[in-house]
Amino acid sequence: MKTFGLTNAEILRHSPLPKSYSDYLGRKLFVFLLTMQGMGAFALITLTVMLQKRSVAREVMHPRIRQETTRSGVALLPMFIFVSLALGFLVIGQTVAALAKLGATSYLGTTMVIVIVRELGPLLAAMLVLARVGTAQVIELGTARALGEVEALEALGIDPVHYLIVPRVIGMSLGVFSLTVYLIIGSLASGYLWAFLEKVPLTPGDYFNQIVSALGWLDFVLLALKTMAFGFFIAIVTCYHGLAQPLRLDEVAQVAVRAVTQGVLLCVLVDAVFILLYQAT
Amino acid sequence: MSEKPKGGVIEMTDVSVVALRDTTTLALEHVNWSVAPGEFWVIGGLQLTGKTDLLMTTAGLSLPASGGYRLFGYETRLFEEAELAMRLRLGFVFDGGNLFNHLTIAENVALPLRYHKNLTPHDAAPAVQEILELLDLLPLADITPANVAAGWRQRVALARALVLKPEVLVLDNPLRGLAGRHWEWWMDFLEQLRRGHEWFAAIPMTIVASTEDLRHWRAGERHFALLRDKQFVRVGTWNEVLASADPVVKELLAAPAGATV
Repeated sequence: MKTFGLTNAEILRHSPLPKSYSDYLGRKLFVFLLTMQGMGAFALITLTVMLQKRSVAREVMHPRIRQETTRSGVALLPMFIFVSLALGFLVIGQTVAALAKLGATSYLGTTMVIVIVRELGPLLAAMLVLARVGTAQVIELGTARALGEVEALEALGIDPVHYLIVPRVIGMSLGVFSLTVYLIIGSLASGYLWAFLEKVPLTPGDYFNQIVSALGWLDFVLLALKTMAFGFFIAIVTCYHGLAQPLRLDEVAQVAVRAVTQGVLLCVLVDAVFILLYQAT
Repeated sequence: MSEKPKGGVIEMTDVSVVALRDTTTLALEHVNWSVAPGEFWVIGGLQLTGKTDLLMTTAGLSLPASGGYRLFGYETRLFEEAELAMRLRLGFVFDGGNLFNHLTIAENVALPLRYHKNLTPHDAAPAVQEILELLDLLPLADITPANVAAGWRQRVALARALVLKPEVLVLDNPLRGLAGRHWEWWMDFLEQLRRGHEWFAAIPMTIVASTEDLRHWRAGERHFALLRDKQFVRVGTWNEVLASADPVVKELLAAPAGATV
């Protein structure tokens, strides 16, 4: 058993193909469970380090956190402005126009809140951050690991989880949260613009009032929790694959693909958990 | 670190060293080795004989599979936060440097200082400038490691290991692939450290270095040991190295093709 039990998963991954489909599915399930176990342990270690070392080396860590927040948030703003405009024009504008034709504009606020605020906004923001920053993160950490930078940190008495992972987790959680807020605001505004161009009989005041009345305090709380959870899990998956196992340089690209796939799956799972939470409340 | 310290700086008793390339096998067995303060040890061995594994265990980066290992008189444990202060008394220079590629040379050297003493870049600058100057690295301060030749990267790794003023310096194959003027500088500087450099309050430093070419290490007061057949073999002084009939010693004394000393 090497770091976080990954060796067993690696052995299963590299063994010859089994003879039956049931064996194959069983193996896949084992690999999945072992990976989840390793990732869970890694997430707990990260949370522990985050709490225990919150006041250690502030002069080094605070700039690192700012740097990672910029990278996972501020630097992606231009792309998010474009996506929010596109989302508004393509989805919301058409929805508004369709509802107007049916004479159901009174459902507009509820529809917008469910589609954009609860579902599409957070998930789309998470996917974009995963694709743009998460992939780069796996490659960056994987290369650092393969070149012995992690051992160098340990030799210098610097906890690699504290120095490399904690800023990324905080930066990505804040980044996904802030970008989701911008994405929602941008797409709701551009959606109305589209509806206005289509001459939908809806004043800006009515549109705004409908959305506000459809929003409850729970939407704000769960939106914050959900987007932070997306950011946290994307950072954990990408950092886990990049850092928590010994890597050779030629394995980095393969690991990046695996991390993105698992990141998408994990975000969908987290989303499902929040849907249940919405329904329960 | 609850027990009282005893013995020398490095005390290995019947230690088995794990091979890092395959953690299920042992690189060395029954290592009995004691290093007193101020001693300079050179560990010779051919490739894949466990030099790096032994040094990683010596630095506390890898735990022995069995046996007792005391560093500064304390039993070593892996990643124990309580032992951080003790661990920082030992500096480690990796084979090839293992520098942080996203940081400049000056930032690489400043990182341990800033992290452990919670300093701003501005506060750390004087000490960093001094050590860079001491190692002739000042002109390279703002360059990233990828843009520096291998010989200079190794020297940056030395600066990074020395910036916290350790008492023990462990160097993994520091002269590998270095040009003549570089290894002459290294020999001279390491000898200054052993005697007690003024930047380190003139306290003699304990040094352990590994090598695949013993000829560079002939000058000065040094203790030699050899790794072969998973064994740690003491050879003695340079004269005893020269007198040794061991075929591995002879191989380590023979010039590799094209090499000059």
